[in-house]
Amino acid sequence: MSTITREQTRPHIDQRQVLGSSAMRPDGIPKVTGDFAFSSDLSSEHMLWGATLRSPHPYARIVNIDLSAAWKISGVETIITAQDVPGKSTYGLISSDQPVFAQDIVRYMGEPIAAVAADHPETCRRALAAIQITYEILTPLVDPEMAILETTSPIHPDGNIIRQQRINCGDPTATGPYVVEGTYVIGMQDQAFLGLEAALAIPDSGGHGVELFVATQWLHEDQSQIAACLNLPKQNIRLTLSGVGGAFGAREDISLQVHCCLLALRTGRPVKMQYGREESFFGHVHRHPASIWMRHHADTEGNIVKIEARMIFDGGAYASTSPAVLINGITHAQGPYACSNAIVEGYAVRTNNPPCGAMRGFGVVQACFAHEGQMDKLAALISISPIEIRLRNAMKTGDKLITGQVVHSVAPVERCIRETDAIPLPEPLEDNPDLLSIPGGSGRTAQRSHILRGIGWGVAIKNLMYSEGFDDYATARCTLSNGIVSLKFATAEVGQGFVTLAQQIARSVLGVDDVVLEPISTSIGSAGSTSASRQTWMSGGAIDGACRLVRERLFEHVGRRHGIDPICLVIDGTDVLDTVGLSRFSVAEESQGIVIDQTFEHHHQPTEELDENGQGNCHVAFAFVAHRVVVDVDPELGLVKVIQVATAQDVGRVLNPLAAIGQIEGGIVQGLGLAVMEEIILDHGKVLNPSFTDYLLPTSLDAPDVVAIMIEEPEPQAPLGAKGIGEPPCISVTPAIVAAIRAATGTDLWRVPVRPQDICLRS
Amino acid sequence: MTPANESYHLNVNGDKHQVRDAWVGESLLFVLRERLGMPGTKGACEQGECGSCTVIMDGAAVCSCLVMAATAQDAVIITVEGLGRDDALSEVQQAFISQGAVQCGFCTPGLIVAVTHLLDNNPLPSELEVKEAISGNICRCTGYSRIFAAVRSAALARQVDAQ
Repeated sequence: MSTITREQTRPHIDQRQVLGSSAMRPDGIPKVTGDFAFSSDLSSEHMLWGATLRSPHPYARIVNIDLSAAWKISGVETIITAQDVPGKSTYGLISSDQPVFAQDIVRYMGEPIAAVAADHPETCRRALAAIQITYEILTPLVDPEMAILETTSPIHPDGNIIRQQRINCGDPTATGPYVVEGTYVIGMQDQAFLGLEAALAIPDSGGHGVELFVATQWLHEDQSQIAACLNLPKQNIRLTLSGVGGAFGAREDISLQVHCCLLALRTGRPVKMQYGREESFFGHVHRHPASIWMRHHADTEGNIVKIEARMIFDGGAYASTSPAVLINGITHAQGPYACSNAIVEGYAVRTNNPPCGAMRGFGVVQACFAHEGQMDKLAALISISPIEIRLRNAMKTGDKLITGQVVHSVAPVERCIRETDAIPLPEPLEDNPDLLSIPGGSGRTAQRSHILRGIGWGVAIKNLMYSEGFDDYATARCTLSNGIVSLKFATAEVGQGFVTLAQQIARSVLGVDDVVLEPISTSIGSAGSTSASRQTWMSGGAIDGACRLVRERLFEHVGRRHGIDPICLVIDGTDVLDTVGLSRFSVAEESQGIVIDQTFEHHHQPTEELDENGQGNCHVAFAFVAHRVVVDVDPELGLVKVIQVATAQDVGRVLNPLAAIGQIEGGIVQGLGLAVMEEIILDHGKVLNPSFTDYLLPTSLDAPDVVAIMIEEPEPQAPLGAKGIGEPPCISVTPAIVAAIRAATGTDLWRVPVRPQDICLRS
Repeated sequence: MTPANESYHLNVNGDKHQVRDAWVGESLLFVLRERLGMPGTKGACEQGECGSCTVIMDGAAVCSCLVMAATAQDAVIITVEGLGRDDALSEVQQAFISQGAVQCGFCTPGLIVAVTHLLDNNPLPSELEVKEAISGNICRCTGYSRIFAAVRSAALARQVDAQ
């Protein structure tokens, strides 16, 4: 051991931590010491605790609310219901259809009805238990197909169809000699971030404003929705991001924000709200369950001639982002494959199931499970391999989508497949394996000789940024003074590492090492949401733009001081270099005593809405990925162990290798969760498993070996050449796992998650 | 809160802390975070399923959400706040940063405690021993691979330090 040094146990850390290096997270040290303040760690003098009363019924009329017993409990400071909302009584990301508190009707199990503020969380619990509500229970609408029928009475004034959209492309009569069809079902997945919803609201003296410290994905959108409900000017609602313990889409909608601010304004005291795990399952939206029928027509070579699809997304009781999820679903029905003719019909419907909205890969996860199942069926029908069918149909840059939009993005689909295929397969299972390494983990499982191995494939296309004409711009400010750069932005850091990237950009563009990050808050323009794989492109573009403006001013300043034409100046390391005279000036020294301050807004190229035939340039850009999965299956107990996931992902350009691999590995394990274990189970609208005991998440023993290749073909449209990388990893891995189980067992499996009984109780 | 209040002492990270006028129903997790000002220990499931609240109690890694604080009076308790030495990061903490095992960081304190406990008792664990030892600590961001790398790196660093 004497030859091993301490340094060899650590990866090489680039001295300057610029773009392309595995720069260290600025929040790394506080996160490993326990000093990092998550929203649930906040407290304030004279703080009260807030809590929410929620409906136990999926659909019921509220006949009476009796607060009298709750008011008598010592320590209760206030109780609020719908009538105490001073402004708009509803909120919502796309349409404002969700009540702050239910007034007459509750439309899903867990819908908020009242909130209390008290001196201790236990006092809150007792007060909630003392509130007496009389309900008239109604029969819930839980079948999405029923919601589409006009004969079903609406459960909401906005109707039961949240959105309906068709795509008609090319020749509707086109067909081919090979036709495959199937119905694919996707269960309701939860984001299950670890850091539960929490916020601290501090009212202004006088009660005309409030400061909210909150874990969210989109500060400015929260601000707008809160202000409308409180009937206060937007600028009086000041939001600061507090530590966010993961998000994955679940923090894009309002949860406790309005309630917490209302309680603080009512009591004139700081109020902290913090959900427990069970409440968290009711307090945020989930991934849409979907039922997708598809029919593919192909020629004798297996080239897709036409696709037909009918896709139904269950939006639950309120719209949230259902309209966007639907559009993602139908516009990705073809997958990463060329196709000239299509008839796609999509519905996002309202039911009395829990509301669904954003989750990593929204809409595309569902579509991909269906189109990849179809590709496997087509390959089997014409007797070619799963790889060959995908290679023959692989989309290329310049291809026209079924929406009529031309793919201008770099589209290395074929390369993704070939490079994934070139990754070595894992060793066969040993003759006497450790029980921990076989299906079932540490539990007793099948005889070694009965374990079956299978290989499956999945390939995906994912749109990046927001679509359909929405200008989701991002803002950043850069200040250079005395050799130090200070960055200000409202980009929600939810764990993905944007804070690291922001520093890397400034170091690269401006040649400084010290980059200070100001608090992430609404005291600058919006950065849009941390979702849709958009922040590296959008907020990265804003920081890059602001730093470049500062650099121009710096070059002018240096040029004036030294009599050099600024056009001759570049940044080289930590110096300003005169490319003609070859003299060097340290950025740190040149920026002494001056302040250069620039703000930049980055906008992506405009997009447009789809017309009635689903035609239009609705998306900004696309990324691609391939997954090959090896599984071992215990057919007697129906248990699955994912052994290896090989992947090649189109990333444009790697800006931070360590952060990028973290996104890829993490996304893959979330996709594994959807494939074989994660599902919110409903019975007539009631959630049966709102806990980590009953909602199963992948553990370290479930984690596969991930072998990843990042394909770097810089994206010309992207400010840093880099595509968003957060979503693709969790999209096609799910169908690849299910394909591998089918290959191992020969069992028809067209629903996720695959449950043990789906394998062992079917032939 | 007035009913059934108690005062008692807890031994945390080598210091004796008085807990005054506490409701006896409070968990060790709640008391550490809300009464003793040590929010490093996190809560994410309240059921002992996720391991975010892991602390070392009398040499065992336990979920502090499942321990009633008032029953822990005689125990030696170590939390994440007690792990660094002399303002320096421990090998495990350093490895989590350098190997990319930290994303959102919410599971991190519990994992740092669990891995420290593992390596204290098994300095060179096999891959499967590592996986089993931390299988009670859910991480939703990383997919675990970087955490495995961090454990390997920390084990190696401890070997080097011990030479």
